[in-house]
Amino acid sequence: MGMTMTQKILASHAGLECVSAGQLINAKLDIVLGNDITTPVAVNEFKKAGFDRLFDPNRVAIVLDHFVPNKDIKAAEQSKTCREFACAHCVSHFYDVGKMGIEHALLPEQGVVTAGDCIIGADSHTCTYGALGAFSTGVGSTDMAAGMATGMAWFKVPSAIRFNLKGKLPANCSGKDVILTIIGRIGVDGALYKSMEFTGEGAHSLSMDDRLCICNMAVEAGAKNGIFPVDEVTMAYLNGRSEREPVVFEADADAEYEQTIDIDLSQIVPTVACPHLPENTHPASELHHIKVDQVVIGSCTNGRLEDMEAAYRILNGNRIANGVRCIIIPGTMQILRECVLRGWYTAFLDAGAVVSTPTCGPCLGGYMGILAAGEKCLATTNRNFVGRMGHVESEVYLASPHTAAATALAGYITEYQEG
Amino acid sequence: MNTQGKVFKYADNVDTDVIIPARYLNTPDAKELALHCMEDIDKEFVKNVKKGDVIVAGWNFGCGSSREHAPLVIKTCGTGCVIAKSFARIFYRNAINIGLPILECEQAAEEIEAADEVAVDFDTGLITNLTTGKTYKAQPFPPFIQSIIQSGGLLKSLKEGEGYE
Repeated sequence: MGMTMTQKILASHAGLECVSAGQLINAKLDIVLGNDITTPVAVNEFKKAGFDRLFDPNRVAIVLDHFVPNKDIKAAEQSKTCREFACAHCVSHFYDVGKMGIEHALLPEQGVVTAGDCIIGADSHTCTYGALGAFSTGVGSTDMAAGMATGMAWFKVPSAIRFNLKGKLPANCSGKDVILTIIGRIGVDGALYKSMEFTGEGAHSLSMDDRLCICNMAVEAGAKNGIFPVDEVTMAYLNGRSEREPVVFEADADAEYEQTIDIDLSQIVPTVACPHLPENTHPASELHHIKVDQVVIGSCTNGRLEDMEAAYRILNGNRIANGVRCIIIPGTMQILRECVLRGWYTAFLDAGAVVSTPTCGPCLGGYMGILAAGEKCLATTNRNFVGRMGHVESEVYLASPHTAAATALAGYITEYQEG
Repeated sequence: MNTQGKVFKYADNVDTDVIIPARYLNTPDAKELALHCMEDIDKEFVKNVKKGDVIVAGWNFGCGSSREHAPLVIKTCGTGCVIAKSFARIFYRNAINIGLPILECEQAAEEIEAADEVAVDFDTGLITNLTTGKTYKAQPFPPFIQSIIQSGGLLKSLKEGEGYE
């Protein structure tokens, strides 16, 4: 019996010819990742267990992004712990203020992760890198510590759901609308413990930023990983960027899938996930009655250049509605720089938005846009759980950058209509 | 390993943001964090939980973030075991890696009520509701995972040479 793309990557990293769903394996890791919240816990466990060196200082990435630039004294202490550990162990991929970015926007951009990799990260959205044709999954700090020490991790080989994409997305939709539609259909545990493998001619029509966004939210359906096949779009993205040689894996023709779900991209509509679960999705066109106090455009889900471009196209020359606070957070320093060079930064300011240095900030209720009781925010982020962005009585609505920018101008939830 | 205590019952999709809100994650100190365990869905939990008590919940317990702080605060509060219909995968993995006993048992999670007195034998997966007298059998862990749990967590198991050799 054939293997899925994920199973092939896992088999290769476990030194096995073949693996099957449910099998427990030990796999070699190409990259082990942590951030300013999860790394201090991992450092503590690493030291407590008596480890004194990394398996490979070039294969550990530590990114300060959640509460950075430090939001308070305690956050500063956590960053300091990361900084000292990275320095002591000569971590080559250590990203501090000035060169940092939101980890899942940063590592692909910098070429740290590539096709065929097996990656763990102490951050649930580590599944993002499946867009490059890698196996990549979120773990906790103890796994990170073990990964840093041994270069290995244990996995239960996942079964897979295949998403057969066809057609092309409408102009006012993006990868975010695709993944929200899928989560709305299968639920927040619809892919629990499984791979989400995206295939079909429609998959090839999607840009890399769309693919990164789709794989980013695979965890919101409970999935272990999301993955796209490697094609010309992937190779064009990796070319000149990837610091290691990409390795291409393909699913076998007779690979077994638990289920195949057909998605016609041309039928996707601007979609919003209402409080308090990402599966609670509705067309934006049915939510015009909901007024918002804040709009956030950014995060590891939608802080990339195409997201900024969508925001620019809609906000440029317009004014954000009275009473709406619009916060735009480019995902990395390079994206922020592009926003400045292309004049988008000025257009955002002229529209009445504020632009922040890269940070996860408000997405997880850290800082830079915390909500008061009763306030509503439409955000391009990934979770809308109770209290996620602030007060337990605040509400978060998840949507694409197109919908977010259009909503910021209208003052109520609305889809973007061209012209 | 055994535990016995009073049940705190929650619904489906209890996420890591309500188990330990991110606004407190500016410290890795488990004792300090534990003061806020379940705060956003149950302000009384921390006041009332006693050593050995049991959390019973529905589907997809621990969904959301990878924060290991979530199973850590539940354990640090004294909770002896979490029984759920299913667990989100990173929470499941983290619980095993840090040594928080968890059991998947749909029927037990459905029938056991809040404030029931429950005894759990973690080695056999036997759950006894002492209030109703009813017993349930949870899915046992595969031997590989049992060896991690018996070592007292992933890193101890690695040190003992049970891991990635």
